[in-house]
Formats: sequence, structure tokens, C-alpha cells
Amino acid sequence: MAVRVQDADFDLAAELRALRDGRRDIGAIVTFTGLVRDMAHGAPIDAMTLEHYPGMTERALEQIEAEARTRWELQASLIVHRYGPLAPGDQIVLVATASPHRHDAFAAAQFLMDYLKSRAPFWKKEGTPDGGRWVDARDSDEEALARWKA
Amino acid sequence: MDVLYFAWVRERIGMPRERVETDAATVADLIDELRGREERYAVAFSDMGAIRVALDQDLAELDAPLAGVREVAFFPPMTGG
Repeated sequence: MAVRVQDADFDLAAELRALRDGRRDIGAIVTFTGLVRDMAHGAPIDAMTLEHYPGMTERALEQIEAEARTRWELQASLIVHRYGPLAPGDQIVLVATASPHRHDAFAAAQFLMDYLKSRAPFWKKEGTPDGGRWVDARDSDEEALARWKA
Repeated sequence: MDVLYFAWVRERIGMPRERVETDAATVADLIDELRGREERYAVAFSDMGAIRVALDQDLAELDAPLAGVREVAFFPPMTGG
């Protein structure tokens, strides 16, 4: 179980190797990688800057991860979230969940992503031909969160 | 206490953090006090539906008490992932 907030890129294959290192009890690993797109609302994006709240970010991610562990059988999990200046095509976030069973791994990965979208203190600013623009929170992200509360 | 600002709240106020001496009882009282100081605060806090607050790095409500709090942070709704 680990959380990392960093400006550096990450290597999915290396992270997966480390996650399962020496273990033979894991039956399923689900990974999600979030990337910077080159379009938003039909307009081109040439850069994205991610701001965060050092200290609170790690805390929030750890709390979200701890919550996932109470809901599903997880043998390992990892959240890596980048901050700072990024470009289209760059990796932003990695979530990996390991479980004896695929259902738990899939559900936990989705839960972690849904939660960190609107509960981890990150803010995205897109660079467009017309200048910088802060990304608005989306109602659909709140709705995605609501389904886990039932 | 230390007051921190992030994203467009930071840009509108023009600084990432400051030290504030206040007797405000709640977050809402503190916001009212800041709004009365200068126009840039009034602008930053004009749409309270778009303001989130954390007290000592935990999300809180706008009517939360400030007693014992060391660090208050104001920011827009979060957009991680």
C-alpha cells in the first residue's frame, strides 16, 4: 500500500514489477493510467499544469486508499500522482490494485480514481491558444462518487 | 493562523499564503473579515459555491469553528486524476 506525489514521470512496468515482487498469492492486478489529452471541450490543449497542496495531498490519498482496503480484499495498492508542468500525451496518474480476485481489483481501482478526482487537492490548469484556463470540476465526477456511498 | 490559497483563489488574491491574526469564530466569519479588507478578497470569495476549505489539511464545511486551527486553506473544487 503506497502513495506517491511527484513531479517526475513513472514507469508502469517498473511499478508493476515492484508491486508484485516475490509474491505468488496475487491473482489479479488492475492498473489505470490517466493521460493529458490534446483536446478539451473541442478546443486544443498545448499544456497542463497541476497544482497541489503538499501535505494534504498525501493525507487525502492515504485516507482514500485506507477506505478502499476496508471495502475490498486488497493485497497491494499503489497511487502515483504527478504535479507540475505537463504536456499532451504525458502520464498524470497511476492507480494499481492487487487482489486474489479480479472483481475486487477492478472495483477498488475504479473507487480510487473516482475519489481522487474530486477529493484529492489537485487543480488542473490547461494551456490553450487563448491562454491558461482552470479546469472546472464536473458534475459527472460527483455522480461517480455518489454511487460508492450506497 | 496560516491561510493558504490554491489555484484561481491564489491567483485572485495574488499570493499563495499569509499569516492572519483573527478572532473569527468560524470559517465563514474569517471569509467575511477578509472580504472587508480589500477588493481582491471580495473577488476571490464572490461565489461561495465554488469555494472549498480545509482546516489543518482536512476538508471542512464553511460553518466549521476555527478554535485551535493552525492552518486554513481555501481553494476551488478539486480536479485530480
